[in-house]
Amino acid sequence: MAVATSSSQVLNNVEAVRATLYEALKNDDKVVILGEDVGSRGNVFLITKDFVKEFGTERIIDTPIAEASIVGIAVGMAMEGLRPIAEIQFADFIYPSFNQIVGEAAKTRYRSNGEYTCPMVIRTPYGGGVRGALSHSVSVEALFYHVPGLKIVVPSFPADVKGLLNAAIDDPDPVLFLEHKKTYRLIKGEVPDGHYVIPIGKADVKKEGSQLSVVSYGLYVHWALEAANQLENEGMSVEVIDLRSVRPMDRTAILQSVRKTRKLLIIHEDNKFGGIGAEISAMVAEEALFDLDAPIRRLAAPDVPAMGYAMPLEEAYMSSPAKMADAMREMVKF
Amino acid sequence: MANIPTQVRKSLERHGLSDEQLRTIFRTMLLQRQLDNRGFQLNRQGKVPFALGSEGHEALQAGAAMAFNRGKDILAPYYRDLGLSIGIGLTPYEIMLSIFARAADHNGGRQFPNHYSSKRAGLMSFSSILAAHIPHAVGAAYALKYRKEAGRAVLVTFGDGTTSEGEWHESMNFAAVHKLPIVFLCENNQWAISTPLSLQMGQPNIYKRAEGYGMPGEQFDGFDPLATYDACSRAMERARNGGGPTLLEGVCYRFLAHSTDDNDLTYRTREDVSERRKDDPVPRFENLLVESGIMTGEQVAAMKQDVLHETNEATDKAEAMPFPTADDLYKHVYEGAWEPWQ
Repeated sequence: MAVATSSSQVLNNVEAVRATLYEALKNDDKVVILGEDVGSRGNVFLITKDFVKEFGTERIIDTPIAEASIVGIAVGMAMEGLRPIAEIQFADFIYPSFNQIVGEAAKTRYRSNGEYTCPMVIRTPYGGGVRGALSHSVSVEALFYHVPGLKIVVPSFPADVKGLLNAAIDDPDPVLFLEHKKTYRLIKGEVPDGHYVIPIGKADVKKEGSQLSVVSYGLYVHWALEAANQLENEGMSVEVIDLRSVRPMDRTAILQSVRKTRKLLIIHEDNKFGGIGAEISAMVAEEALFDLDAPIRRLAAPDVPAMGYAMPLEEAYMSSPAKMADAMREMVKF
Repeated sequence: MANIPTQVRKSLERHGLSDEQLRTIFRTMLLQRQLDNRGFQLNRQGKVPFALGSEGHEALQAGAAMAFNRGKDILAPYYRDLGLSIGIGLTPYEIMLSIFARAADHNGGRQFPNHYSSKRAGLMSFSSILAAHIPHAVGAAYALKYRKEAGRAVLVTFGDGTTSEGEWHESMNFAAVHKLPIVFLCENNQWAISTPLSLQMGQPNIYKRAEGYGMPGEQFDGFDPLATYDACSRAMERARNGGGPTLLEGVCYRFLAHSTDDNDLTYRTREDVSERRKDDPVPRFENLLVESGIMTGEQVAAMKQDVLHETNEATDKAEAMPFPTADDLYKHVYEGAWEPWQ
């Protein structure tokens, strides 16, 4: 249980995002926030509540409902020296801005041979388990992680949210910052005071273990930890790695863990085909095949377009600590 | 086709331009055509894989460039803006580096020809994806307004086909909401590769859409550099002084195929083009300058020689430069050295 100390406070993930954005706005007047309902509404999750009162409508910009230009205008701001933080209200709405992210933001530095750059953050809530139906529950990371020029961050713990959001805002290149909406208020944790940065591309071992490496990110890190703790009571030792960033990805941390435990289970909420787990599996097969004592396994969503609104459809799509524990047991006993 | 009729000017309306500025406009037009043709020649010679033409846009671009304040304004152009780009300060050598895709090109030989980028000139980098650059221009205009940099404005250009794109609409709308210092200049050349204006839009007068966004709109003869200058300078001045955005539509014509990879005889006839060639803006402006006593026939001939010489020099100099190397492929993906795996 997280406990506040003199140099830290307990925040949930919404509060961690909010506190970090607030500090960024305070510290650098080049930082502006633009998106749908970020002004007087204060964002649909109240992340930017009252910001407009303190920083004004010029810095907290309620945009028209037009996702392509929310990102596109942020690209232009970044090229012209501002530090925009664009918000896509739900990750499901990011598709209209796909070209601006993939074709423009990610290629600005490259196509101009370094003459123009695009230092910007695109924040968006993603993920299921909240009865979000087809269009308020998707995971979008695999659509973007194929793209050189982008960085993609998916933190799960409040302290990581703060450190990685600071890193994203400071970053000289475009960063897609994915926030799992089920963790927003569910997950609380100690967050150190003051400004600090967690480098993008560094994973974190959230639980050490010796018999199986579990690699995950987002909400499922929390469920994987729950399952791993249950297995510990059954006498099995499982290591849980929180990727925190999926592009770049921490090869060193994954390989170190796999070479120790000799077994790898990758768990993600996104569907399996062409997902993040596929890339990790390929990398481990290329680098450490002969260190493995069991086939690599991926626990991921079925290959259907999305989870449904009806509870049985959502439950069937999502994993659970129990399903994860089952997979872990099988792997340990293999 | 609902065009404004092209009218040959009987007398010179200067709109405050000096003799020197009139000659500069004419020289930009000559240089654009010479460099433009050079790209096609080099392609036919097998020296470059691709070229994009801009013949027919000379008056529009040279006139608009004269309304651009160098060192202050920002240009967000598209790939047919060769004349506008040299008009705001790119050199023929820089144009040829782009055509030859040499390492010294601003883009390091990565982009197609005519996709310029120059911080020095205030020319924003852009891709080939139509209308994608328009929100960037709006973002830059927002930055100017946010920093309270009065006296600066953004000029963003596009063809008629681009006005069908969603990002064009989104950008116009946002700029109007925030009264941004930006001028949207449509170079309406009647063709989007093979698709005529009539299949691109139901209302062929593009400038009329301005009213729907809540900004002024104006149409002018894009074969007339002085009408262009007049409209652009008024709109840019309004933008620089806090008066908000304007939509301008210059009506011109695309004399060449879309690119060296396009055969325009599959969708229009030689006669269609030759009919519009009668209004060719380059000889038309030449005649006006000579008849108005701004230039003599000898001075015109000397200027043409000078432009040819400058183009030849730029061609030879750029061609002699090295290509980028295979190592350059890996540079500028992100800041610093890069590996997807850490």
